[in-house]
Amino acid sequence: MTVSLAFDIGLAGLILAIGSWTVFARNAQAAVIGFVAYGLLLAIMWVRLSAVDVALTEAAIGSGMTGMLLLGAVARVRPADGHAVLVNLPGRIVTGLLCGMISAGLAIASLSPPETIRTLAPAVMENLSQSGLGNPVAGVLFVYRALDTLLEKVVVVLALLGIWSLAPDRAWGGIPGLRIYVQPSSTLTLLAQVLPPVGIVVAIYMCWVGAKLPGGAFQGGAVLAAMWLLATIAGLQNLPSIDQFWLRFLLVIGPALFLAVGLAGFVLANAFLAYPDGYAKPLIVVIEVSLTLSIGVALGMLGAGPPERSQR
Amino acid sequence: MNVILNVFTVLAISAGAFFFLAGTVGLLRFPDTLTRLHALTKADNLGLGLIILGLLPLTSGPIQAMKLIGVWLLVQLSGAIVMQLIAQAIRRGGLRE
Repeated sequence: MTVSLAFDIGLAGLILAIGSWTVFARNAQAAVIGFVAYGLLLAIMWVRLSAVDVALTEAAIGSGMTGMLLLGAVARVRPADGHAVLVNLPGRIVTGLLCGMISAGLAIASLSPPETIRTLAPAVMENLSQSGLGNPVAGVLFVYRALDTLLEKVVVVLALLGIWSLAPDRAWGGIPGLRIYVQPSSTLTLLAQVLPPVGIVVAIYMCWVGAKLPGGAFQGGAVLAAMWLLATIAGLQNLPSIDQFWLRFLLVIGPALFLAVGLAGFVLANAFLAYPDGYAKPLIVVIEVSLTLSIGVALGMLGAGPPERSQR
Repeated sequence: MNVILNVFTVLAISAGAFFFLAGTVGLLRFPDTLTRLHALTKADNLGLGLIILGLLPLTSGPIQAMKLIGVWLLVQLSGAIVMQLIAQAIRRGGLRE
């Protein structure tokens, strides 16, 4: 047994253990922390499978961003006296059944693959040079499966609309109610002053390098959102109210530009979401930059939660 | 030269792994949160620092080496500050075990 095999088996065992612990944990907050650790270990597993793009997204979105949203949700549903809300027995049984059905469906789908899986990887590698991209993952995302990618970005905006619609009527168009931990001369202030410049450079780098190496709009956008939320939590910067024009403009610029290029493809390249000859790379870079901004703003506002204060 | 570098890598990474092990044992065995934080910072700073030091001879060039050092510096910064924040929260609000 080689060392790497032993490592993989150990890692898989650890992931299963943390996964079951997350399911069986009695305390919702502990379960969320378990879920974050689970996501980080899963990211290591993706690296072991040479899927670095997926690993970055898993660590940033699956573990970090989702973990933050879940922690916020836990804090929101927990009553002031600290006791968990007990759901009645039928409710729990129905929830368990539904979750079990989803898990079983996923397990059946992944455990019974078709007899021979026809891989398209060689075809992708052969035609990758036409797009001017060096990263096959970016090639698949922006050229072959561009529709999926477009819908994925629209879903993020829809998720944000879902959160905003939780706002009470009087606070609509107001400022998100993210709790701000203002502590004068706190170490958090220092972190919020030192880290964002570094983080913004890393985000730009991730977005730019996505064309030829692992990285891209989602990863860069997640880093941007994290920096924004950090500065907000430290009280260095105020959240905008959600009816600001620039905010809404930035939110939709990425998907809108992607859609516009896609529609222009009807005229210029004879197909929806096709790029005209020779312009693939520059168009993809422009789309990717605008998507990074949109995703950054969308994830940041997702983290900030529904509007709670009306605008002054 | 190569052999010396390899021996250096193995020694540094083993030492780093030792600090991670010691930090984990401390996390599990120390009696209260402040001492557990103390154990964790040792793993972060020294453990990761030694592992990255050991990986430096294996990098393909100065850019890659600088990225690794950058990772270490960022972990140092965030680790130290998050520990401070946790410790401050304990000091202010007490701790519910």
